[in-house]
Amino acid sequence: MVQMEWYLVLSTFMMFAGVYGFFTRRNLLTMLISIELILNSVDINFAVFNRFLFPEQLEGVFFTIFAIGVSAAETAVAIAIIINIYRNMKNIQVRNLDKIKEE
Amino acid sequence: MEYTLLLLILPLFSFLVLGLLGNYMKPKVAGFIGTLSLVGITIVSYFTAYNYFAAGRNADGVFPTLIPYNWEWLPFGKLSIDMGVMLDPISVMMLVVISTISLMVHIYSLGYMKGETGFQRYYAFISLFTMSMLGLVVATNIFQMYIFWELVGVSSYLLIGFYYTKPAAIAASKKAFIVTRFADLGFLIGILIYGFYVGTFSFTPDTARLISAGAMIPLALSLMFVGGAGKSAMFPLHIWLPDAMEGPTPVSALIHAATMVVAGVFLVARMFPLFIDFAPEVLPWIAYIGAFTALYAAAVACVQSDIKRVLAFSTISQIGFMMVALGVSTSIDPNNGGLGYMASMFHLFTHAMFKALLFLGAGSIIHAVHSNEMSAMGGLRRYMPVTHITFLIACLAIAGIWPLSGFFSKDEILAACFNFNPLMGWTMTAIAGMTAFYMFRLYYCIFWGKENKELHEAHTPKESPLSMTLPLIILAAITCVAGFIPFGKFVSSNGTAYHIHIDATTAAISLVVAVCSIALATLVYARSKQPIADTLATRFAGLHKAAYNRFYIDKVWIFITKQIIFRCISTPIAWFDKHIIDGFFNMCGKCTAYLSKKIKWLQDSHIQHYCIWFLAGTVLLTIILLIF
Amino acid sequence: MDIQTIIFIILAAIIGVCSILAITTRRILRSATFLLFVLFATAGIYFQLNYSFLGAVQLLIYAGGITILYVFSILLTSSDGDRAEPLKSKKMIIGLLSTFAGLGVCIYVIVKHKFTEPVFQMGELNIRTIGHALMGTEKYQYLLPFEVISLLLLACIVGGIMIARKR
Repeated sequence: MVQMEWYLVLSTFMMFAGVYGFFTRRNLLTMLISIELILNSVDINFAVFNRFLFPEQLEGVFFTIFAIGVSAAETAVAIAIIINIYRNMKNIQVRNLDKIKEE
Repeated sequence: MEYTLLLLILPLFSFLVLGLLGNYMKPKVAGFIGTLSLVGITIVSYFTAYNYFAAGRNADGVFPTLIPYNWEWLPFGKLSIDMGVMLDPISVMMLVVISTISLMVHIYSLGYMKGETGFQRYYAFISLFTMSMLGLVVATNIFQMYIFWELVGVSSYLLIGFYYTKPAAIAASKKAFIVTRFADLGFLIGILIYGFYVGTFSFTPDTARLISAGAMIPLALSLMFVGGAGKSAMFPLHIWLPDAMEGPTPVSALIHAATMVVAGVFLVARMFPLFIDFAPEVLPWIAYIGAFTALYAAAVACVQSDIKRVLAFSTISQIGFMMVALGVSTSIDPNNGGLGYMASMFHLFTHAMFKALLFLGAGSIIHAVHSNEMSAMGGLRRYMPVTHITFLIACLAIAGIWPLSGFFSKDEILAACFNFNPLMGWTMTAIAGMTAFYMFRLYYCIFWGKENKELHEAHTPKESPLSMTLPLIILAAITCVAGFIPFGKFVSSNGTAYHIHIDATTAAISLVVAVCSIALATLVYARSKQPIADTLATRFAGLHKAAYNRFYIDKVWIFITKQIIFRCISTPIAWFDKHIIDGFFNMCGKCTAYLSKKIKWLQDSHIQHYCIWFLAGTVLLTIILLIF
Repeated sequence: MDIQTIIFIILAAIIGVCSILAITTRRILRSATFLLFVLFATAGIYFQLNYSFLGAVQLLIYAGGITILYVFSILLTSSDGDRAEPLKSKKMIIGLLSTFAGLGVCIYVIVKHKFTEPVFQMGELNIRTIGHALMGTEKYQYLLPFEVISLLLLACIVGGIMIARKR
């Protein structure tokens, strides 16, 4: 039988992988992918807590569903922004972003 | 008596209108507005005076003290500073004096200041002055008086420095402001001591509190007198007044002859009941200072060549007379040693009229010859008859010739002095003689004497316009008849009616002395050649030079301020301020700047770096939370 | 070691390896692909937890929708041989340090914390229950968040169009 802590450790690992990616990558899209990892690990936590600790209730499941919805929305907007940036600057490196302020 | 508030509102209103909107109106309109408001004030104050004195006395034979308004303005626990209007005989008398002179000066200025730049500003300031002076005399308490006292000082400063492009005028205005401010420090401390020990700023405090305050009351009153001495140009704080003549001449007539400079006298008179009952030992000192000032100023006035300076020193001398009269009072009863109070107020009244007349006459002369120096004048009687006659009347009045007003008031002062101490009486009689001498020296040098033909041919002096001569005529008329006002009926030290009677001996002595002095002046200065004067000047060259330089009092002051105060006190303080206090804050600023330079790299606008810091902080906090 | 544990280990291995690869590979398209694998494995976790509906949603929206979006945008914004420049070692060390610190703290907390007694109950979640809970307004029913999410999505659609359109 799989312990609950195993799932939690797995999701934590996934989350910090995302964090590390967010810290180190220069490309906006990769940073966004890192954020997806973080969100995903949180989703796992919701589901796991719901299943193991409060099995007769459904909050965890619904929060996961809503979080997925929110992350879909966030991704859509972020990608729209990134495409817009790309259109203006011809690349999507994060260090070039401060040029936007000057225009 | 509720309408008395108009006395303050009208000039304030015209000050605001002229001050704020003056630049948008024609000079003529501005002058008209200012004069019109003064006409209103004059009517109100005459009406007030009529109603006040016609209402009659209380059962105990004293005019009632009316307080139509009194608002609590700044309450400090038990102590409070009030603002209001108080009417009693001397304040009503001052209302009449101020409004009359101010109206005359307003009308006169229409002619005198015509075409000056800043005409509107002039009228705005003069309205401000009128407002503050009226507020000063109707003050219900000593603190309100102090506030208006300072306002008067400010307007005096503004008006002395009216020609602000002239360096001498700027210096004079600063000097006047600083010297009077310096004296007002004493006044303020006196007020605070008074308020602390008596528990009120009112003029009529609780007698028990006064007695329990003990020696603090004489101290407070003496300090107040210091303030009064500064404003009234008593020796050695007189130095600002001669320089204040840099202002326009009507201003000198209004502020530096008739009204503001007698504020010190008014202050002492206002506090007189307290002086008599709780600080009788201070009064003789006031008399001595007044007498010395009168003597000193009279001596200096004898040799000055600038006619306005002569008049300025004459003013100082006459204010000395008023102070002496107050100082020689020994009781509250006018029939028994308290005559001086009435005499002082009477002299204040008559002096205001004839000294304003003298200044306005001098202004008329200056207007005609464009110079203050006697050397530019002489023989002007042919060119300016009206000015000549009115000036002569004023000179006779100040010399104390019957039946002009100066005779009556000066006679009362001399009588009071003789009652106090014969020596004081003789001294003051001698000074009165000097007064007659220097006034007639001035008169002869202007209107007779050696005429400056070249100048007068190049630019023929002519009589001033009606707007200037009319005030002269009115004031001369007042000067002629003011002596017959039964002044003691209105104002006396304890408020009861006092019948003025001429002391025959004193009157005879002072008349003889005055006539002799005039004769002497005639002998020395009336002709076009003045051999006696020149001989005297060369014989007593040192004395003449010293007197001409005002006995070097200004130099002494400059030495004290520059060499002692500036060098020994101010410089170390300035050093301390610049290096220690400023240095401390500069160090704080530099430390902050240094620190921020050092940690600037934290804010590098890279969101990833911020996130790292955020995570590090979170981890750190979590660890702390876990450990503790 | 039962079958559940074996499956978990396989899923955990996929997630661990693929998430690290997703953030370390220098080709961005590969990174997206590894993300896709991670998402699949996450769906597997949901299935293992007996939340088949959740797993389906994960597959549909995440794996099916969002990843496609990524791939499209990557294709739009990158040229073919585009590679991320190699990391500076300083930056990598700082990132690793802070990451491992955070990871250590979190795992420590998870292991040390006393949860209420975990009980794993097998049992499929009925779709009818989900539907009722999503559409009801009672306690433990979620109509309001559902509507809020709908509004959010609508706003995102509008916003995305507004931002990305040609000016």
